[in-house]
Amino acid sequence: MIEPRSEDELAAMLRAGDGPLVPRGGDTRAAVAGRARLSTAGLTGITLYEPGALTLVARAGTPMAEIDRALADEGQRLAFEPPSMAAVLGRDGVSTIGGVVATNASGPRRMVAGACRDSLIGVRLVDGTGMIVSNGGRVMKNVTGYDLVKLMAGSRGMLGVLTEVSFKTLPCPETALTLRASGLSPERAVAAMSAALGTPFEVTGAAHDPALGATWLRLEGFEASVAARADRLAAALSGWGAWDRDADAELWPRLRDAADFVGGAGDLWRISVRPSRAAGVAARLPGRWRMDWGGGLIWAETPRGHDLRADLPGLEGHATLVRASPATHDRLGTLHPEPAPVGALTAGLKSRFDPRGLFRAAA
Amino acid sequence: MEMPDPDARVISAKADIVRRLSAVVGKDALIHAPEELRAYECDALTAYRCPPLAVVLPSTTEEVSAVMAICHAARVPVVPRGAGTSLAGGSLPTADSVVIGVARMTEVLETSHDDRLIRVQTGRTNLSVTGAVEEDGFFYAPDPSSQLACAIAGNIAMNSGGAHCLKYGVTTNNLLGVTLVQMDGTVVELGGGHMDAAGLDLLGLVCGSEGQLGLVTEATLRILPKPEGARPVLIGFDSLEVAGACVADIIRAGVLPVAIEFMDRPCIRATDAFSGAGYPDCEALLIVEVEGAEAEIDQQLELICAIARRHDPVELRQSGSPEESARIWLGRKSAFGAMGQMADYICLDGTIPVSELPRVLRGTAELAESYGLKVANVFHAGDGNMHPLILYDANRPGDLAKAEDLGADILRLCVEAGGCLTGEHGVGIEKRDLMTAQFTGDDLEAQMRVKDVFDPDWLLNPAKVFPLAASASRRALAAE
Ligand SMILES: Cc1cc2nc3c(=O)[nH]c(=O)nc-3n(C[C@H](O)[C@H](O)[C@H](O)COP(=O)(O)OP(=O)(O)OC[C@H]3O[C@@H](n4cnc5c(N)ncnc54)[C@H](O)[C@@H]3O)c2cc1C
Repeated sequence: MIEPRSEDELAAMLRAGDGPLVPRGGDTRAAVAGRARLSTAGLTGITLYEPGALTLVARAGTPMAEIDRALADEGQRLAFEPPSMAAVLGRDGVSTIGGVVATNASGPRRMVAGACRDSLIGVRLVDGTGMIVSNGGRVMKNVTGYDLVKLMAGSRGMLGVLTEVSFKTLPCPETALTLRASGLSPERAVAAMSAALGTPFEVTGAAHDPALGATWLRLEGFEASVAARADRLAAALSGWGAWDRDADAELWPRLRDAADFVGGAGDLWRISVRPSRAAGVAARLPGRWRMDWGGGLIWAETPRGHDLRADLPGLEGHATLVRASPATHDRLGTLHPEPAPVGALTAGLKSRFDPRGLFRAAA
Repeated sequence: MEMPDPDARVISAKADIVRRLSAVVGKDALIHAPEELRAYECDALTAYRCPPLAVVLPSTTEEVSAVMAICHAARVPVVPRGAGTSLAGGSLPTADSVVIGVARMTEVLETSHDDRLIRVQTGRTNLSVTGAVEEDGFFYAPDPSSQLACAIAGNIAMNSGGAHCLKYGVTTNNLLGVTLVQMDGTVVELGGGHMDAAGLDLLGLVCGSEGQLGLVTEATLRILPKPEGARPVLIGFDSLEVAGACVADIIRAGVLPVAIEFMDRPCIRATDAFSGAGYPDCEALLIVEVEGAEAEIDQQLELICAIARRHDPVELRQSGSPEESARIWLGRKSAFGAMGQMADYICLDGTIPVSELPRVLRGTAELAESYGLKVANVFHAGDGNMHPLILYDANRPGDLAKAEDLGADILRLCVEAGGCLTGEHGVGIEKRDLMTAQFTGDDLEAQMRVKDVFDPDWLLNPAKVFPLAASASRRALAAE
């Protein structure tokens, strides 16, 4: 385990290093067996937090718990609702902010508030040549030069080691409310969610679980406004049945963390798809599944080692293998294969940022 | 502005290049007569002009691909062009370049309310994207002031923003996919109707790359349901600091206005005289707009007004009707026109942390005074995106150069305050040589590597974004 104490030390290590390495945050999101580990646990701490400017900057190894606490103290949060994947992956490490960024991990609010990459406004990193790179910054609007911030979000340690990340934060709403309809078929559930998201009532969560026969919609904001919107939304969607209030406060955190798949015996996949194709995709899934993002995201469990992508030829979207044995990750590939010209660009970037092949992308 | 020497081989091969281009696009889509090329010699940064070798106006992705393959084979630089409204010289041609303009590619290819998206050819103007979906109650959120004219193509290349992006984000946050034609003619699809990339976020990389990584011919854009209503409030203050503090307090309070616009006294006076908006004569004016149902608007505005009152405003004007709302916005919306009538101006768009607003405004005023030039400020305060307008006289020798020097100093001040050179207009040629004020050599190296991958011959949109000295060795290598 390599654990640099500073960005400079990390840069020196990488200049001298001969790999391969797996950059990791708190070890909750990704696994590759048999590689030296590079830990960011020595790069921690919030370096700047200005609630009045909605800006937070932290070193990449900072535990999410610390970030959440600091934000909560000021009544703020990260809009993209970062999930905590430790439980579903069966790990007990500490989730870090760098790990969230490296996987572009985003929760139910993603469909309206954007992904992690949309809240991320700056990064610092050390690439595979040991070069320290800064991109973006701490301001909300910035088009100065190419947007390597987006490139690094979700790059899974392929291009470099994140050392510091900056975010736009948002105030927490006064209240949240969930409406629930029962017994909708997948097609009708997606139609209801699409209709809800097409209203001006600012729905910030839309999920469907066929096992529970439940379709949920979330509203957030000021108390009076949420109550009024809930009534009007339920009225607008009455064609899909009755919408009752669901008081379960842990519902959205559970959906966010895919808690309903914790301890499952099979492999776990995340499928990103056009909502209007979601029901069709769901019909071809070989096991348990659940929808989020108004149908735009499907969590699916499959028998171990099963190639889900083979069931979904011509998928307009992608399927990511989230939980499986290292052998399955190797055989099927963690990430959805890219079309040749896109793959060529990805390979080109990888060879420029990591010419010696120090980093092996974490699954 | 220094530009690289045009490639003499290309210039002398003009007839041959034109002949080859005419084989893949119709005669009416190819412009090469010198007098007609003048229409493409500049964008909205009119101080710099250079007619290109030729202009092609294709209609399809296939035509674009064929044209680019020809240019690639003949080593002819390509300058992508949308509507030519860039304020940064982003679409300034070089004498040896072929401009590929997407102005004729304006079709709507698909709309889906269920998926909340629209797919268009990128020559379509920003406003007409909303026009295509508004009957059904949707809109496209990024709203640059130039939205009547500017094309989605330029919006994507510059990652453009607008007054309402405090709530809805800028172009990159509303872009789901593109069809990108690479310099060698390869067509790549990035993203689409689904969310997030399977692997690296190349879509995010292409957005804001100023036409240097590929030419975008089609785009999938997110559309949103129109809010039920919107209403602004006008708040006047006698001090810049207090106005800045009021902005911070509003943001902290948990209301998320769609827009917080800021004008200083020179701008208030000019726009009021021009538009008759009836603004108070004070040091700083805020226009704060909120959205939602009537009851929600009332509640949010009540909160905002309560905060404003704590800061002792000299004016607090709530709107009671659509007409009053329009009047509140009138001056702000005509700010650029008003300034244009008074003088020539350079519009900067550095961004700073909101907490630095008062300090940077004061610093800007001091700098302006030391140069003997006037600066008016009108900007998106909620996100710290400043728009200092430097007024000068184009007919007075040396005035433009002086104004540019002042602009550079103001932008350095923004960077020093923790901000950046450009929040929405892009680097282009205008801020190219200032990049070293914000970035280290290594920072720029990392960005140029991306260019190496997408455009190894460095033929796409030459001499923009990177200081010429920084890219010299790469360009020399590519030219061999
Ligand atoms: C009065 C006025 C007000 C403005 N207000 C705003 C504002 O509020 N917010 C804001 O963000 N901007 C604003 N702008 C700036 C400008 O309108 C934007 O930058 C706009 O996005 C440019 O679009 P365009 O189609 O005119 O692009 P062009 O000027 O034609 O090109 C801009 C850049 O895009 C590249 N490009 C063009 N087409 C393509 C393509 N198909 N593929 C790849 N690259 C391409 C060009 O090479 C160039 O680098 C304003 C400009 C004016 C004149």
